[in-house]
Amino acid sequence: MAILQINNLHARIEEQNILKGVDLTVAAGEVHAIMGPNGSGKSTLASVLAGREEFEVTDGNVLYEGQDLLEMEPDERALEGVFLAFQYPVELPGVSMNNFLRQALNQQREYRGEEPLSAGAFLKRMKQCAAFVDLDPQLMSRAVNDGFSGGEKKRNEIFQLAMLEPRLAILDETDSGLDIDALRTVADGVNALRRNDRSFVVITHYQRLLDYIIPDAVHVMVDGRIVRSGGKELALDLEEKGYDWIREETVAV
Amino acid sequence: MPTTETEFLHEVAAGEYKYGWETNVEADTIPKGLDEDVVRLISAKKDEPEWLLAWRLRAWRHWEKLAANPEEKYPRWPHLKYTEPDFRNITYYSSPSKKPRYESLDEVDEDLLETFKRLGIPLAEQEKLAGVAVDAVLDSVSVHTTFKEELAEQGIIFCSFGEAVQEHPELVQKYMGSVVPYTDNFYAALNAAVFSDGSFCYIPKGVRCPMELSTYFRINQAGTGQFERTLIVAEEGSYVSYLEGCTAPMRDENQLHAAVVEIVAEAHAEVKYSTIQNWYPGDNEGRGGVFNFVTKRGICKGDHAKISWTQLETGSAITWKYPSVILKGDRSVGEFYSVAFTKGRQQADTGTKMVHLGKNTKSTIISKGISGGRSNNSYRGLVKINKGAENARNFSQCDSMLLGDRCGAHTFPYIEIKNPSAQVEHEATTSKIGEDQMFYCFQRGIGEEAAIKLIVNGFCKEILAKLPMEFAVEAQKLLDIELEGSVG
Repeated sequence: MAILQINNLHARIEEQNILKGVDLTVAAGEVHAIMGPNGSGKSTLASVLAGREEFEVTDGNVLYEGQDLLEMEPDERALEGVFLAFQYPVELPGVSMNNFLRQALNQQREYRGEEPLSAGAFLKRMKQCAAFVDLDPQLMSRAVNDGFSGGEKKRNEIFQLAMLEPRLAILDETDSGLDIDALRTVADGVNALRRNDRSFVVITHYQRLLDYIIPDAVHVMVDGRIVRSGGKELALDLEEKGYDWIREETVAV
Repeated sequence: MPTTETEFLHEVAAGEYKYGWETNVEADTIPKGLDEDVVRLISAKKDEPEWLLAWRLRAWRHWEKLAANPEEKYPRWPHLKYTEPDFRNITYYSSPSKKPRYESLDEVDEDLLETFKRLGIPLAEQEKLAGVAVDAVLDSVSVHTTFKEELAEQGIIFCSFGEAVQEHPELVQKYMGSVVPYTDNFYAALNAAVFSDGSFCYIPKGVRCPMELSTYFRINQAGTGQFERTLIVAEEGSYVSYLEGCTAPMRDENQLHAAVVEIVAEAHAEVKYSTIQNWYPGDNEGRGGVFNFVTKRGICKGDHAKISWTQLETGSAITWKYPSVILKGDRSVGEFYSVAFTKGRQQADTGTKMVHLGKNTKSTIISKGISGGRSNNSYRGLVKINKGAENARNFSQCDSMLLGDRCGAHTFPYIEIKNPSAQVEHEATTSKIGEDQMFYCFQRGIGEEAAIKLIVNGFCKEILAKLPMEFAVEAQKLLDIELEGSVG
């Protein structure tokens, strides 16, 4: 069964239509990359899937594991296993990473009818997951994203992904602003987290991330629609010919 | 680490009933109204010496003058809207207190009990706090005595104000009104005339008080009516940490509270004063609730003295309160750390005054205001650097957070500098609880209420961390409870 099935999704913010009929199906265990020029609606798609309220869905539907995703509250989506790695992670002054993640994890466990994790087990898991993305465990006693460097913020997102073990992870331009070493670290982390019951939607502007995270499918989004889908070689074509090539073809059709 | 006295208290509370006594709760109340006879009557009921009655009467005459000309004398500058209390229509003496009394906990309001439960207050204490008239299981008299003996060994005096007047008149006479004279303001005058009781604390030279002095184990004496008076004297090189208040919401229907707190810190002495104020705030429509008009001030009399005020204010319909420090000694230090949370129709106008007189004096002000519902929350602070205060330094930071869009946050900083060597910094921010922050929490599976608690607690963290450990935990719990249903 498809873990995610998006049908003819239309969404707007204020009076501006951004998504104009997105269709996408992601099967369990697959990694799908969504590429496209700036302003094509990639990040909007991520926000709509995660449930940001500013966006209004005007048509279409989204099924997540067969359920109507758009009917769920944002926190319910998270509890059901949808994770968004933010393009711009948010700072929470005074709220320690420790406390934040413990709450997140325990709410999730409670939702599933499980006991809260003991302090010892939590710490152990935190250390393991921090190691995945080479994150200094010292950061855990600091406030969430407060004073983190750009690279630390992005690695922190993948670290949280590791902690929360979602079934659908959406990475919104996780590669932007990373140097090549940090990019590798993040990609290695993601690769280590790939499992046959976990799917990824990787949103990126550049092909280079896909050198490290090898996708099962690549989709190109232009002007609020997916205009072309293919295998990983599509990303290379894009790298070579640029987005104009697709744009021209789309217009021609 | 739990402090020894709270540990002991919990043990006592959890233990078997030992030496209960039958409390006759027939309240000894005098008729409503205010005139010279009332002042005399209060003094007589407390069997006070002549000098104290004379002082009360001087205060009374001063207040009468102010009250005769309310347009000029009544404090109208705060950012508060309310109907002035009718001072002639209040009962000024009631002993032990006019709190509601019940035969058993079954009769007590369920909301209140639920709150007690969640604050983790032992059953016996719940009964006391709710005013249940059964034999008290928590034997506060013997608790009180136990600590009193331990304190007395070191020469520390900690007792009710009334007791101090009888037992240590020379100390009371020397210090009472020396920091907050009755001429200070309208409410200070009223308090001086009709104060019912309060606390007295004296730490001798060089003594470090071995425990946090708390009104907690004074519950029995806490029924002192609306007009408390507290006096703390720390002699040279001494130290004391004093905790005021109780985290349980006292459903006190008294409309008007006008307390006075005075602190004297001699050279190298340090006084930490922590408050959790949670008086009845009124209902969501703004009916009922306590008017809290408090004058709190400390003086760093000697060199290197230090006074810190730390407060969490969540209660009262109206809060009017500016705990202040007069920095007289050279190199003396004043601190003010405050969290004020308002919701419903609450209004708070609170802040501090730091008056620098001595050389190289230093003050720090950190104020966090959180407003929800339709409440209004103002910070008002004065930093005054006098001519002789060479190299005085002040740092002020006032942050406001708005929950929702029908509440208000205001900042009124006043700065008066008469010495060019002063260094004064002021920072202020106002933020709405961020939609981005909320969404970030949601996306990690944290629901709305939990997210608000997390973010607000983060906002207040640096202040709550200044409270003594046990108190800080209770403060956080209280804040969590207050935050429930505060948005929207």
